[in-house]
Amino acid sequence: MRYLPLTDTDRAAMLDAVGAPSIDALFSDVPAEHYLDGPVEGLPMHATEMAVEKHMRRLSKKNLAAADAPFFIGAGAYRHHVPASVDHLIQRGEFLTAYTPYQPEIAQGTLQMLFEFQTQVARLYGCAVANASMYDGSTACWEAVAMAGRVTRRKRVVLSGALHPHYAEVVRTMAKFTEDEIAGSAPSLTALPDDDGLIARIDDNTASVVVQYPDILGRIPDLQRIADAAHAKGAKLIVVNTEPVALGALEAPGNLGADIVVGEGQALGVGLQFGGPYLGLFAITDPKLVRQMPGRLCGETVDADGKRGFVLTLSTREQHIRREKATSNICTNSGLCALAFSIHMTLLGAKGLSGLAAQNHRLACIAADRLATLPGVSLLNDNFFNEFTLMLEVDARQVVRDLADKGVLGGVGLGKLFPDVDALKNGLLVTLTETCSEEDIEALARALEEVLP
Amino acid sequence: MPRYFTEEHEWIEVDGDTATIGITDYAQEQLGDVVFVEVPQTGAELAKGAEAAVVESVKAASDVYAPISGTVLEGNAALEADPELVNTSPDDEGWFFKLTVADKDELEGLMDAKAYKAFCDSL
Amino acid sequence: MNQINQSGWKPGTPVASSEDVKHPTVTGNKALMLEEPLIFEIGGADTCGVDLPNTPCELPNRLGKFARKEPIGLPGLSEPETVRHYTRLSRQNYGIDLGLFPLGSCTMKHNPRLNEKVARMPGFLDVHPLQPVDTVQGALGVIDELSHWLITLTGMDAVAMSPKAGAHGELCGILCIRAALEARGDARKVVLVPESAHGTNPATAAFAGYETEDIPANAEGRVDLDALKARLGPDVAAVMITNPNTCGLFERDMKAISDAVHEAGGLVYCDGANFNAIMGRVRPGDLGVDAMHINLHKTFSTPHGGGGPGSGPVVLSSALAPFAPLPFVEKQSDGSLRLVEEENMEDHHASSFGRMTAFHGQMGMFTRALTYILSHGADGLRQASGDAVLNANYALRQLEDVLHAPFGDSGPCMHEALFGDAGFAEGFSTLDLAKGLIDEGFHPMTMYFPLVVHGAMLVEPTETESKAALDQFILAMRSLAERAKAGDEALLTAPHHAPRARLDEAQAARKPRLAWSEPED
Repeated sequence: MRYLPLTDTDRAAMLDAVGAPSIDALFSDVPAEHYLDGPVEGLPMHATEMAVEKHMRRLSKKNLAAADAPFFIGAGAYRHHVPASVDHLIQRGEFLTAYTPYQPEIAQGTLQMLFEFQTQVARLYGCAVANASMYDGSTACWEAVAMAGRVTRRKRVVLSGALHPHYAEVVRTMAKFTEDEIAGSAPSLTALPDDDGLIARIDDNTASVVVQYPDILGRIPDLQRIADAAHAKGAKLIVVNTEPVALGALEAPGNLGADIVVGEGQALGVGLQFGGPYLGLFAITDPKLVRQMPGRLCGETVDADGKRGFVLTLSTREQHIRREKATSNICTNSGLCALAFSIHMTLLGAKGLSGLAAQNHRLACIAADRLATLPGVSLLNDNFFNEFTLMLEVDARQVVRDLADKGVLGGVGLGKLFPDVDALKNGLLVTLTETCSEEDIEALARALEEVLP
Repeated sequence: MPRYFTEEHEWIEVDGDTATIGITDYAQEQLGDVVFVEVPQTGAELAKGAEAAVVESVKAASDVYAPISGTVLEGNAALEADPELVNTSPDDEGWFFKLTVADKDELEGLMDAKAYKAFCDSL
Repeated sequence: MNQINQSGWKPGTPVASSEDVKHPTVTGNKALMLEEPLIFEIGGADTCGVDLPNTPCELPNRLGKFARKEPIGLPGLSEPETVRHYTRLSRQNYGIDLGLFPLGSCTMKHNPRLNEKVARMPGFLDVHPLQPVDTVQGALGVIDELSHWLITLTGMDAVAMSPKAGAHGELCGILCIRAALEARGDARKVVLVPESAHGTNPATAAFAGYETEDIPANAEGRVDLDALKARLGPDVAAVMITNPNTCGLFERDMKAISDAVHEAGGLVYCDGANFNAIMGRVRPGDLGVDAMHINLHKTFSTPHGGGGPGSGPVVLSSALAPFAPLPFVEKQSDGSLRLVEEENMEDHHASSFGRMTAFHGQMGMFTRALTYILSHGADGLRQASGDAVLNANYALRQLEDVLHAPFGDSGPCMHEALFGDAGFAEGFSTLDLAKGLIDEGFHPMTMYFPLVVHGAMLVEPTETESKAALDQFILAMRSLAERAKAGDEALLTAPHHAPRARLDEAQAARKPRLAWSEPED
């Protein structure tokens, strides 16, 4: 048992010092009928490192890794190249095996990183303040809705139909328990997002309007118009971004009237990991509302010798102090993922991020034009960044299935995301990142041609 | 002007129909460095015992309750920029808010300075 | 001249040093103790540490009118600068890899590197959550296998895997309870929480729309069963109990508590943060628990990462299993696995209370936890909990003559030993002892929690510590306890040897500075 340093000699000496005859005797407070006198039945015994690795490798081989196929899946999780130095640095034990920095004198590494991270996120989003991260984009989205409710003291939430349906589902689930009223709708199959329809649903009781940018079909809504309409009714605009690389090319939501900007940071540094752990980003444009924000915050201060240092601050908002009055029940952030994001962002800088964004956009344009030439395929979007919707003449879920048989992971059928909306089932969401080559695009085009009737 | 005290360590100073409310020196001592105070909005109607303000130190947050019923005339705007006034001048510049006194009878059950001192000594 | 690492500092500027520094240096560095500026002070707008392929100058633009107009204002660093920046930062952190980390209720155990290696296998790391289900059978296999272990170890019926961390798991459990009660048309309003509970418990219950009420503890530090029974009634939805509790004690009456709650029509939530003490020895399902979250980042060794990511699967009794959130993995008759989501829900899934997160939970933590569990096996997990409890009792008995142990007479402790500050000299507190511990080379214990003990110090050595490491820790603790009792003033300004002295938290909170900005001239 390689992880247990105590030897039987140690145990005997320590039991002697404690005055107990055996380890079992230390469990004397457990009623005898509920104490197991041996290993739990029906489970295997300990195994060597080699055996465990072999078992896990066998399981991993049953998955088709994205690198092993032309790959075009996005819809909230994006495959980007992660520089080798990112993974090296996050595995340094001082980062990997540290706790939440509650003892700031010996946690300046994590704290300074978080301060840099908060600044990077705030600038990316065009906001004044960002927090030290949340679980993921979908939970950050709900936390934004809850915060807007606290600030406006209203209970009605208007969701854009083109918000990621899983995000909308998380909001709906939580709202059932907080008794917020959720006004949702299905996305319209139009070349541009239905901003007018969204604006028409905002009323005088609306706490917040939630809009995704770019949206789940890859289209780009006119945030400033929606912001003006929301603000005219006293509502807050929450902008959700699931692809931070897009903001290397698109205007920052904070510069377009958003009040709260949240998103998924996974695309930078974190990797796909079958859905988690990911990285929730959360930022606000009005710094006066910072005490209504959820999540941990790192701030600058000085130490007793006058040196600059960083601490977790404004913690009286949090559950361990405010208990039932906390702004959120969350206590964990996504520290190591925030570190990965921050390192990747530092390697890129503004120049690298806009270059990366340009490359993603260019490939998406090439793919959209090429695929739209196929018979039975048309492009829905008038605008997009690195993700767009193709309209087919058949259910796209089956097409995705057939493409996988040809070794191509060709996108996401909208019927998978919106099972209740029959009109969307022929939509295929296709995503291009710098990891796709022009040969991959050609492979997808050929495979599509073969599987389409 | 008469000053009254509550078991929640608030002081109330009454001047005609107006009451000024703050927290006591004992309370600020217990809280430690005050970093933030949220005062009620002018015009807010407070019932006796209602949550009126929040005072935060680095490690604790406490609600301040309205010791009597009334309408808020003014919150202490100086506390927004200088919450440490609660530490440096709890009895004076660090006041929290002013109320109209709705019902003078509500002052009956409160302590005077001597009774409050005895109360603190007993803690 | 100004201090390094203060706003306005630029590389190449000499650093002021105060009078009392022996052998000052012009850079502020002290050999291996290196100061590090912020990326905003050393990075450049044109610097990039990544090579991108050449793209044509004429780029297509399908962004409409929404293209970014202003530069983003993010500095870049080259790769060597980046590696150095973060390596230097890392050296200002304490981690389990460096030494004993006795943070009570946080279970800072060794994070095996095999876990990291496995999580990075391409078949796990490089798989998209929306891939066709037959291309991810291995990932679903990990979830299925880990689920089996968690259910079997806890003696429960089902497990919801998607919660992202402990508090999220707690919320999941309480929402299952509320859904179950509502399904039987029973709108109960109150959740009872012991006064020693984690702060997340009342926060979670309040979020789920419940009022919380405290349950008192008895003189032993355990739940007062009679007081609890007296409070139970038709308005009580659930009790939330931590077992072993936050005083480090096993709740002997757990089964009686569960029976009483069930009899009154309520349900039992167990906070599983302390499961490390009893894994392989006690099954919460045998004690009548209806829901319990398991912190994979505590009990099953996934790294804490400086504050997450965590992972908080929730095991459920048969009463709650039908209400578990989407998505979940189901085995089909042909042995293949499928993922149940909104897309393919069937009638028997209809009572699920909804969805808590976009995808399937913390897959990267599942692979690590399963790797750890398979390494230990049923016998090793049992030995690990035994060693954790032995280490805590050893610390308790070696320290109780110099530190006040309020529940030292309540029997053996579980995986953590609780002390209070009684007997310290006037003006000396738990904080001072903790900061002294930093100078001695240890991470401090949990301080001021649980709230039921004055100046609480909660010491959880975990099974990771050798006897030699514990003896060294005990030596330091004994010395610090004596110094706090004797009133050694040097303790009041500790730490003296850390990268920073005590930080001014009041200033940080009064004038929050939460993002870097260009210094004003």
